[in-house]
Amino acid sequence: MTPIVKKVTQLIAGLIFLYGIYIIAHGHLTPGGGFAGGAVIAGSFILLVLAYGSDILKLRKREEGSSVVESTGIFIFLALAVAALFIGTKIFFTNYLPKGIIGELVSAGVIPLYNIAVGIEVAAALFTIFLALVIYKEEVSK
Amino acid sequence: MITYLLCFVLFLVGLFGVLTKRNIIKIVIGLSIMELSLFLFFTLIGYVDKGIAPIIVQNMTKAKFVDPLPQAIVLTAIVIGLATNAMLLAIAIRLYKKYNTFDIRKIANLKG
Amino acid sequence: MEITLSILIVFMILGAIYALYAKDLLSALISCGIVGYGLVICFLLLQAPDLAIVQIVVETITLIIMVAVVLDSSREELKEKKAVDHGLFKVRLRNIINVILVIVCALVLLYFFREVTSTLEPLGEHVTRMSSAYIENGAEQTGSANLVTGVVFDFRGYDTLGEATILFTAVIGILTILRVKGRK
Repeated sequence: MTPIVKKVTQLIAGLIFLYGIYIIAHGHLTPGGGFAGGAVIAGSFILLVLAYGSDILKLRKREEGSSVVESTGIFIFLALAVAALFIGTKIFFTNYLPKGIIGELVSAGVIPLYNIAVGIEVAAALFTIFLALVIYKEEVSK
Repeated sequence: MITYLLCFVLFLVGLFGVLTKRNIIKIVIGLSIMELSLFLFFTLIGYVDKGIAPIIVQNMTKAKFVDPLPQAIVLTAIVIGLATNAMLLAIAIRLYKKYNTFDIRKIANLKG
Repeated sequence: MEITLSILIVFMILGAIYALYAKDLLSALISCGIVGYGLVICFLLLQAPDLAIVQIVVETITLIIMVAVVLDSSREELKEKKAVDHGLFKVRLRNIINVILVIVCALVLLYFFREVTSTLEPLGEHVTRMSSAYIENGAEQTGSANLVTGVVFDFRGYDTLGEATILFTAVIGILTILRVKGRK
């Protein structure tokens, strides 16, 4: 890619990542939530791969890494849901942490943790899909 | 009432693309258009006149909110639509590498 | 409000019709983007900011993946065969069968559409039967200020669990389909 694209990507990719984390963390106060923030974070990683390109070996390692991160994300989601069987009222998948004042950052029980788990999972899933496509096209065209 | 009818026309355009086109990329585009028309229909059902977005700000008197339940349904459906499209495109690129064409009539050889 | 939405949906229909009839595949993909981004403006007019953020990012990622699939292949719409006498008759028969099939499907669906929308109110006079309980008790029972997040993660949590599973399964499927042999 041309040097203009590479320079602009250097300056902006970090800001997009930070914006995605902001959307996830304030999911219970402003519009957004886990899915929107996860997709934005995946967008920043896809921008880096599109602008710089890489050779195949580095991309393969990144694909293995992002697949592990995605599995970790959904494992945290399931662990939080199963932990409701042992705390408080013993029903699966309830909201068991104390709900604070409406409008604070630390409030709404276990919903911010669900937002973070879903955000990690969606970001890693979309990035894994993109990397699988790129690696397949590079491998076959050799 | 006319907005519901226009949503239905968009759905029919997508259905026409799925049923009659031979190129597999046009079939995927038609499926995507059908899904988008359904998202619009769900959001149109839940709209309240002069309502505001369903977020509670501080010191708010009782205001009219737009219905949050169809929005929750559509939020899940958008991500599922992306997963389905990605899977169809993976199959399409695999077919192109093997048969070197996107035509669905030429790749129907299950003989031998 | 109805007039603005109707004009936007007419633009989306025109974009969709061009997307299915374009000769070049890359132009067809960009026209598919017209429908997606027009939907974002419709969501903002209907007071749904959550959906607008998700739809704009998902549409961009879909367009990137589609362009990556199409860019290496032959980008033209498939050519029809030359119209010989015998061949001309066959081509016309196939077109007629296509149109009749679509008209039959449209009539059947139109009948069901009339049945469904005869009980709907006009646009904007929605009676929130189920959601009045969610709106009144949602803030105290879940503790979140964003009612859509409260509904998605607390009142309807099983749908979110199913959707996370679907996304995970789709990634497993794609990694299996696009596997290249040759690991030493």
